Amino acid sequence: MEAVVTVRDLRMRYGDNDVLTGVDFDIRRGEVVCLLGPNGAGKTTTIEILEGFRIRSAGDVTVMGQDPAHADDDWRAHTGVVLQSWRDHPRWTPRRLLTQLGGYFAPYSTPERPRPHDIDLLLETVGLTELADRKIATLSGGQRRRLDVAVGIVGRPELLFLDEPTAGFDPQARRDFHGVVRSLADSEGTTILLTTHDLDEAEKLADRVLVLAAGRIVADDTVDGLARRLEGESQVRWTAAGRRHVEAVPDATKFVRNLFDELGDAVEDLEVRRASLEDAYLALVQQHEAGHGEAAARLFAEVTG
Amino acid sequence: MNPTWNAVSLGLQRGWTEFVQSVRSTQDQGFYLFTAALTVGYLFLRRNTEVEGTDLLLPSVALPSILGALIAFGVIIGPAYALAMEKEDGTLLRHKAVPHGLQGYFTGQLLFQSLSLLPQMIVILVPSFLLFDDLMADPSGWLTVAWVIPLGLLATMPIGMLIGALVPSTQKVGTWGMLPVLVMAGISGIFYPVQQLWGWVQVIAQVFPMYWIALGMRSAFLPDEAAALEIGGSWRTTQTVVVLGIWAVVGALVTPMVLRRMARRQTGSQVEAARDASLQWVR
Repeated sequence: MEAVVTVRDLRMRYGDNDVLTGVDFDIRRGEVVCLLGPNGAGKTTTIEILEGFRIRSAGDVTVMGQDPAHADDDWRAHTGVVLQSWRDHPRWTPRRLLTQLGGYFAPYSTPERPRPHDIDLLLETVGLTELADRKIATLSGGQRRRLDVAVGIVGRPELLFLDEPTAGFDPQARRDFHGVVRSLADSEGTTILLTTHDLDEAEKLADRVLVLAAGRIVADDTVDGLARRLEGESQVRWTAAGRRHVEAVPDATKFVRNLFDELGDAVEDLEVRRASLEDAYLALVQQHEAGHGEAAARLFAEVTG
Repeated sequence: MNPTWNAVSLGLQRGWTEFVQSVRSTQDQGFYLFTAALTVGYLFLRRNTEVEGTDLLLPSVALPSILGALIAFGVIIGPAYALAMEKEDGTLLRHKAVPHGLQGYFTGQLLFQSLSLLPQMIVILVPSFLLFDDLMADPSGWLTVAWVIPLGLLATMPIGMLIGALVPSTQKVGTWGMLPVLVMAGISGIFYPVQQLWGWVQVIAQVFPMYWIALGMRSAFLPDEAAALEIGGSWRTTQTVVVLGIWAVVGALVTPMVLRRMARRQTGSQVEAARDASLQWVR
């Protein structure tokens, strides 16, 4: 598959503080990729460089065939950015704002990909149909974020950027949002890059996860792949004859087969848990926050390598 | 469809929408009525005061100057606040994220800020014409108004845009925008003839556009004899056109460069930092 995003030896330095120290990765067409890492690891810097909003210090970056630092308006027409809005356009309504901003994409419409999105359909997708004609100032935080997503995809982008899209969401809103992102990837074929510090979210959404720590990518794999790389044992829990059992075993499949051979139907509430990526990630975050970013990054790369 | 023209037309729609929303908002209505009450109230209290050296009453002489000042004030402070705020709240960033969005955004600002003068003028002019006599010496003066206002807009709006682009935060517009503009208004012969000031202050006043807009407005409203009150005893129409014209041309050349530079630096992190700063400020 062809690469939509290519990043080689990307470096960013603010004053004498190195935020990115040589980031390398590719994103292929149609992939949903999650940039995962603790706060302050450089996720936002990376995504802003790819969006063309921030000028990098060094390295090669190609996004949809152009260098985002010098990309033109045609390039803009094919990318979408979901921004974290705050209090802009308070007097506008969602419908009016989407119609206005969507209008900029009309000259880039093609028969295969009509632009912009049908506004009614879009409002329905993000669940704002009932609020379409209310003032934006009256929307709740979660409703506003849904509007942000709608603005980001109104031009039917081929490549979409989302920076911490679910920060401040309640569980229901988060679930709805995950649905929207998955359907974008599945039905529109949109390539998606999103950042998060939440492993659970990365697992639900991403085809592939890039773990960013200490200014570089320390792991690049699917969540399952990452978990499998972690050596260690699986935890098996079950109930038999009214008693709860927990056992740590190296090969869960074999163990469970034996368990059924032995006990048959007596096995209830069976649960198998892989040696947890969560634990490894949590350790990374904790060390990073304690100021040992470099050591944490090395350790994480080692255990998943 | 040409994307640039498409963006300009979307910008015009945007400016119009913002204008309609502003006229409908009680907050903005309140602001218009407040300035109108202040202006008309002042003129009403001094409706029988005669202006020395003429047979004119104070409202006739003061109204055109005040209108001139309000125009300059409105199109400097208005865009300065709008830009500073929309830099912080992400409005600008939204337009940066769509193709040709910034062209649309600035077209919208230009139209919206110009249109905003209309309700401002109407709420002052209508009661003034009902309450006071001899405000417009000759109907042909409206023709003068018709070129002084647009030229004044072009001369002063770039100043507001530059202030808005350069201030580090909205709260600084007061210091870097309001204060200099108030000083300029103070020395521009709006509240008393500029000749009463020291010579060097008169020179400074005549460098800035506000003095010339007020002079142009007086030349439109007042009878020709009143020119005797001005510097050189003349309306100096040619000089008015030249000075305002220079400001307009320089503004048209410099402003897009500065705006482009400002827009290039806009990032999501900046918007987020502004949000955090404002939360701090509120607390």
